[in-house]
Amino acid sequence: MSNAEAIEPAPGAEWDSAKARRRVRRRYAANWRLQAYGIIAISIAVGLLGVLLASIIATGYPAFVQTKIDLPIYVDPAKVDAEDPASGKYRSLVREALAKVVPGVPKSQQRSVGKILTADASYILRDYVVEHPEAIGKTITLPIAVSDPFDQLYKGVIPKELDALNWVQVRWFERLTNRGVVVEHDGRTSLKLDVYIDPETVEAGPPPSGNFDALAQNSLRTYLPKVQDTSLFDILANDAPQAIEKRVAADPDIIGKTVQVFFPVSPPYAALAKGETPKEINPRFKEAQLEAFEFIEKKGMVRTPFNWELFFNADSRFPERAGLAGAIAGSFYALLICFMLSFPIGIAAAVYLEEFAPKNRFTDLIEVNINNLAAVPSVVFGLLGLAVFLGFFGLPRSVPLVGGMVLSLMTLPTIIITTRAALKAVPPSIREAALGVGASKHQVMMHHVLPLALPGIMTGTIIGMAQALGETAPLLLIGMNAFIPSVENMGLLEPATSLPTQIFSWADSPERGFVSRTSAAILVLLGFLVIMNLVAVALRQMFQRKW
Amino acid sequence: MLRGGGIRGHADEMLGYVLLLLIGLAVVSYFLARRRSIAAVQGRENELHSRPSYHGAYVAAWVGIPSLLLVLVWLLLQGPVIDALLLWSLPIGTTDGLSDGQIDLLLSEIRSVAAGNVFGKPSPVVLEAAERYQSWKYIARWAMAGAAMSVALVGLILASGRISPGFRARHGAERILSGLMIACSLIAILTTLGIVLSLLVEALRFFDRVSPIEFFFGLNWEPQIPIREGQVTAGGAFGAIPVFAGTLMIALIAMAVATPIGLYSAVYLTEYAHPKVRAVIKPVLELLAGIPTVVYGFFAVLTVAPALRQFGETIGVPIAPNSALAAGAVMGIMIIPFISSLSDDAIAAVPRAMRDGSYAMGATKSETITKVLLPAALSGIMGGILLAVSRAIGETMIVVMAAGIIASLTANPLKPVTTVTVQIVTLLIGDSEFDNPKTLSAFALGLVLFLVTLALNVLALHIVRKYREQYE
Repeated sequence: MSNAEAIEPAPGAEWDSAKARRRVRRRYAANWRLQAYGIIAISIAVGLLGVLLASIIATGYPAFVQTKIDLPIYVDPAKVDAEDPASGKYRSLVREALAKVVPGVPKSQQRSVGKILTADASYILRDYVVEHPEAIGKTITLPIAVSDPFDQLYKGVIPKELDALNWVQVRWFERLTNRGVVVEHDGRTSLKLDVYIDPETVEAGPPPSGNFDALAQNSLRTYLPKVQDTSLFDILANDAPQAIEKRVAADPDIIGKTVQVFFPVSPPYAALAKGETPKEINPRFKEAQLEAFEFIEKKGMVRTPFNWELFFNADSRFPERAGLAGAIAGSFYALLICFMLSFPIGIAAAVYLEEFAPKNRFTDLIEVNINNLAAVPSVVFGLLGLAVFLGFFGLPRSVPLVGGMVLSLMTLPTIIITTRAALKAVPPSIREAALGVGASKHQVMMHHVLPLALPGIMTGTIIGMAQALGETAPLLLIGMNAFIPSVENMGLLEPATSLPTQIFSWADSPERGFVSRTSAAILVLLGFLVIMNLVAVALRQMFQRKW
Repeated sequence: MLRGGGIRGHADEMLGYVLLLLIGLAVVSYFLARRRSIAAVQGRENELHSRPSYHGAYVAAWVGIPSLLLVLVWLLLQGPVIDALLLWSLPIGTTDGLSDGQIDLLLSEIRSVAAGNVFGKPSPVVLEAAERYQSWKYIARWAMAGAAMSVALVGLILASGRISPGFRARHGAERILSGLMIACSLIAILTTLGIVLSLLVEALRFFDRVSPIEFFFGLNWEPQIPIREGQVTAGGAFGAIPVFAGTLMIALIAMAVATPIGLYSAVYLTEYAHPKVRAVIKPVLELLAGIPTVVYGFFAVLTVAPALRQFGETIGVPIAPNSALAAGAVMGIMIIPFISSLSDDAIAAVPRAMRDGSYAMGATKSETITKVLLPAALSGIMGGILLAVSRAIGETMIVVMAAGIIASLTANPLKPVTTVTVQIVTLLIGDSEFDNPKTLSAFALGLVLFLVTLALNVLALHIVRKYREQYE
């Protein structure tokens, strides 16, 4: 920029005095600063978008595969009646099949090992046998989803073992070590602590009695007086208080004196003292389950195929079986109603307001109304649906019909506004030419202007539908977050859920597996939105005309 | 259960058939009238005033529209009328001394028995009424079908009787079309009216039970305790000040995040950025506005809140997992594109001459922006910020997922607070009986929310319009 040369020197100021140069430098520095702020702001915004997408993708992609076990199952004709395959003893068939794969599991552990498979395993088998009755009496190999913890374990989301001690606990032990109280005694790592044998609580016996637990804990606390956390006492082994008891039994004279006692420490701290990182088994698993799962894994029966169930199953209480089919169907029905209502009504209203309406108070009122409706919070539309459609008209709750009606009220302003813009973009010469050859106003509209404006209208409608697809709050209020375990019985007047409300319900579920299912559902929703917007952009590109 | 589903399915199927039949009849009558108009002039179409398709459309409209309207009105009125008949037919004395709520309960018991869901042993009165209810419903369906068909046939006969070479069918059809278009554009007004009336009616019912003074000035909000009539004044649990304060705090946090980022982005994009950079960055920013809010809510729960908590732990400040800060910050991300695109428009709308004048005086770009463009665009930017505030106040899913449910009056953004929209959703999820202050209070909150956002929007539009007049 060459503005610097153009600056006139102020009266009395030299053109190129050091002061003037400094001033110019300062002014340009301010310019660079503003530019830097702008770049920083944009980087933050784009970065946040990136973090959002990255965190959703990172948590969501594991849900697109599902850990399954190819389980050979002998469909025992004694347990499944060929006449009535729907009511066989499938639970015991699955248990037997698992027992055959993992032999030698004691009876008491079988139930726990059975939990490696999804709780729905017997229903998967039942559905298969009902569909293929010829399988009765044969051994079939069915891929059966594993339960959520094992799915997460196999995908590496949760570990098999956890650190038994957190860093605070490690620090406590370090401080004890530094004070020199951690010693080896009788082949065990022990704490050498001073204990005051309180004569008020300890009886000499024999056998000696007293609250030795409290004595041991109190003496430990005197070494770490600031620690409030009672998990401090986990440092002492379970048999630590007996050390006092033994001392008292050996020498009753120590009652009322302070003596040194060697308390053995618990196994994790003993491991810590040996320089190891103590581990404990993740409390979500049992030893026997892990052993059995490892055994099955070694046999090569565990696979992670693409998770088609995510798209074709309905909702389930078990994350490994939950899918989006019900939500997608519900969203489809609601959007269908929304489209069937808002598309014709929106176009008719826009055509009237743009082409036919006289300019008067009344049409002004309509226009103000439309603009304001576009800015009304979505939850208010939910209240409207609740009070009017459900309360006043008595329509059923949770159904896509009502959901679609509420959504159509919300998309109407979008469609009306974009349709009016599209109509405005049709040049007046077209209208004038048609009017000139004797067409009526309606004919001009129906035969010429509307067809020319249609691509623009379609674009606006698709964008409005995309907005409607993402709306959650109004659907929640009219109850379109029903639990839909089967997609068989769906319709406009049956309780349903939708993609965004399904995301909301899953996000609320405590099971670990639903975290990644939720992210996967979000990715599916975003996928639909991207497709709709791409179609809208493509329409605009294809039919855009320069007049 | 099965039986109930069957009957319900039967009724719905019947409605579907009636609608299909009416539409089919309209289509058939279109072709009938077309042919008839051509026959009226022995095939010499140029002797007709209107082209045959207009005759067809005119008759089809007379067949379809009145009969479909009749079905609609019938469906709306059928429920209340059958209920009234049912009450009237009950043995004298059954409903004596029952409150409205108890009568509603009785009616819904009869209805559920009629649908086949029998719990326990219903009284003979109820069983009898249920049978009556079922038969009346059956009669009503057939009567509706009959009435709709006869209206359609009458329309067909009357309208097709008018077909003649001189009949101005085009004018008639166009008048009907205009009428339909006016009706469609009235839906916007009806929607607004519906919102205002439904909110107002339910809110007034709420203020019947809880005094407005308590609602607007009370400091204690505990609606979850089921408070029945008569106990309301004892609890004093409907003071909405903590809810309003929480809403305000989260909106302020959101604006504190969004305003600088949005404004600086807009300045950079309009004034500094290369057109190619602008063409890429602007749609990317607008992507932020296209992401559904439930996704932001999950993002807040999944990523932002734990990250904040961890950060707080390392610097020794306890941050609640559902702190106002996390919800507000994520809402701020959502609002960035509103502020940036509205400010962008406002800055771009400043007349070229002002910019050129400033440069001609030797001002640097930043001086032109801060001393000329921003002051000139200020009202537009303010309008944009007000619109964004109204958006932040009305935003629901982010706060439902990431903010608190318990209303607490605090100025600490690290603690959980609740908002108006959170309360509306939590009060109404799974509850559709509008007979207790708990659910009704949601409508009172909704009314406040609607009025505040409306006022903000009107104010914003007013400011923007005033600014426009300045330069045109």
